[in-house]
Amino acid sequence: MHISRSIEILVGFFVALGFVAMFFLSMEVSNLSSVNGDDGYDITASFENVGSLKVRAPVAMAGVNVGRVTAINFDPETFEAVVTMSIEARYNQLPSDSNASILTAGLLGEQYVGLEPGGEEEVLEEGSELELTQSALVLEQIIGQFLFSSESEEE
Amino acid sequence: MTETSPLIKIRDVHFSRGSKLIFDGVNMDIQRGKVTAIMGPSGTGKTTLLKLIGGQLRPSAGFIEVDGENVHRLRRKQLYLLRKKMGMLFQSGALLTDITVFDNVAFPLREHTNLPESMIRHLVLMKLHAVGLRGARDLMPAELSGGMARRVALARAIALDPMMIMYDEPFTGQDPISMGVLVQLIRLLNDALGLSSIVVSHDVKETCAIADYVYLVSGGKIVEHGSPAQLAESDSEWSQQFMQGMADGPVPFHYAAKEYAKDLLGLEA
Amino acid sequence: MLSYFQRLGATSLGMFERLGRGSVFFVNILLSIPSVIVRPRLLIAQIYFVGVLSFSLIVISGLFVGMVIALQGFYTLSDFGAEGMLGVMVAASLIRELGPVVSALLFAGRAGSALTAEIGLMKATEQLSGMEMMAVDPVARIMAPRFLAGLISMPILATLFSAVGVMGGYFIGVGLLGIDEGGYWSQMQAKIDFSQDVVNGLIKSVIFGWVVTWIAVFEGHDAIPTSEGVSRATTRTVVHSAFAILLLDFILTALMFGDI
Repeated sequence: MHISRSIEILVGFFVALGFVAMFFLSMEVSNLSSVNGDDGYDITASFENVGSLKVRAPVAMAGVNVGRVTAINFDPETFEAVVTMSIEARYNQLPSDSNASILTAGLLGEQYVGLEPGGEEEVLEEGSELELTQSALVLEQIIGQFLFSSESEEE
Repeated sequence: MTETSPLIKIRDVHFSRGSKLIFDGVNMDIQRGKVTAIMGPSGTGKTTLLKLIGGQLRPSAGFIEVDGENVHRLRRKQLYLLRKKMGMLFQSGALLTDITVFDNVAFPLREHTNLPESMIRHLVLMKLHAVGLRGARDLMPAELSGGMARRVALARAIALDPMMIMYDEPFTGQDPISMGVLVQLIRLLNDALGLSSIVVSHDVKETCAIADYVYLVSGGKIVEHGSPAQLAESDSEWSQQFMQGMADGPVPFHYAAKEYAKDLLGLEA
Repeated sequence: MLSYFQRLGATSLGMFERLGRGSVFFVNILLSIPSVIVRPRLLIAQIYFVGVLSFSLIVISGLFVGMVIALQGFYTLSDFGAEGMLGVMVAASLIRELGPVVSALLFAGRAGSALTAEIGLMKATEQLSGMEMMAVDPVARIMAPRFLAGLISMPILATLFSAVGVMGGYFIGVGLLGIDEGGYWSQMQAKIDFSQDVVNGLIKSVIFGWVVTWIAVFEGHDAIPTSEGVSRATTRTVVHSAFAILLLDFILTALMFGDI
């Protein structure tokens, strides 16, 4: 059977379009472009409570995404949560005494890790640990504290 | 294997489809270089016999030997090798409807050989010329008349220069001219190419005109066999009815039914 | 009562018989795939019939499905003041579910039924028998290229469906409803995960492509060679494909995204 050249061209065009669409989905729609796998460095931070922080949650400094949470583990000795974050390689000037806190994006949004720069000359690098951390706010605890303090005011 | 041994040996073949018995011990010898006709009323499984010979169906008992090889004992690869030596002409022609006449005839050549395209062209035109349709090479099968489609199918069947061709009802539904053409072609190709032909048909006159030997099949058995002349003088009532085409005889005109009068009155038998 | 059970038994026996025949047939197809790879021209012709000819249907459907999700999603999300999440909603529903599922359903209707009808008619007109007698294996020559073409075309079509749908959502969300353009894309990029969503969607579409073409080619091959038989086989292809797609989608979703 002879298939005409135009059919071959159309099929080639069709397959190429499929690849373009796949590229579009991976680069524009999904996060493939922002996860640059290897060329980042990992830092860790321990929190008393991570709330509902999830793996892959953003790590932001001054509101700009600088990395992602790559792992959340529990340390059985300190009873704290150890959060591993991958910071993009181009942000290699972050002071080593920066502090990390777990924040919530908007009222109903997801939780993310917010970094605030410190004043050290030394910079964060692969394996650094952030000393200053602030846990997630847990709604029940806040309400509990509020009730407790208002009771003590009444006395 | 001497040239005088039969090309196809069929011995005590039984075959049934579902609960219906189609063949009940059939024996046949098909001689080399001859046109052998298998005739019988519709529905006696003549086409089934061809499919058994071609190895598309498997008998429940007995065996079929083609050119000394038991068809149903062959491995798939060997069976395909054997089939390359068999041509078959289907009732409908069975042309591939999505390619032209030329490509249809070229199909077995392209599938089975690595011949260069110029050689294939020569062969195809030769085969098409043999059936008188060289001018129709660019038509699509849908544009052909029934008779032409069968001739194209014939050209395709001889494309690989087989040793035998099986014709399944080649004359059914043809006008007198295409019928004449086909009758002539079958005889001509058989003699010119040194083939052996098997013609399955119920067109007595046309078939007898070209057949060297005839088998009459009915009720799952061979009723009679011999040359057309012998059969014409047969004293079997059944053979006479079939060969002469009489409406009533041993094969009753009426399908088995209750007694007519009782049936009309609606009485239980 | 007894006859009811008898019929039930006969029906289920018949089902298993068909499944068994279908599986044997599938193995035969797999075994003949090498012979297709040697002759890519057969495959290219079938990708044209199965894939390229479904292209416009898939692209137009994808565009409108994306636009509808954007429209519907906008009114629901605006109740919570979360219009910014529209891009996520459109992309997630398309990439995870609607892209693979809807394009597979359309594919079954457009290409699957055509495959069954074509093969069934080839059987009815003795073309398959004729091929066998010419010592050409119809499974290798006819079925395997069509099966492989379906397997290749389906993920391409599903990907196109999702991509066009996201664009459709963009036209409606950003163009018509005035959502912030940056928000549409950035929220989407933040929430849609490549390996979780895009790859899983792709796996789904490959599985759907496999099951739809398998059913279509088998039904054609197994059709009773009369005009009624072929028309029934064509109907069965569409119905069985739809069932299989939706059932498999549930199972795959549970495995991929659920915690079951």
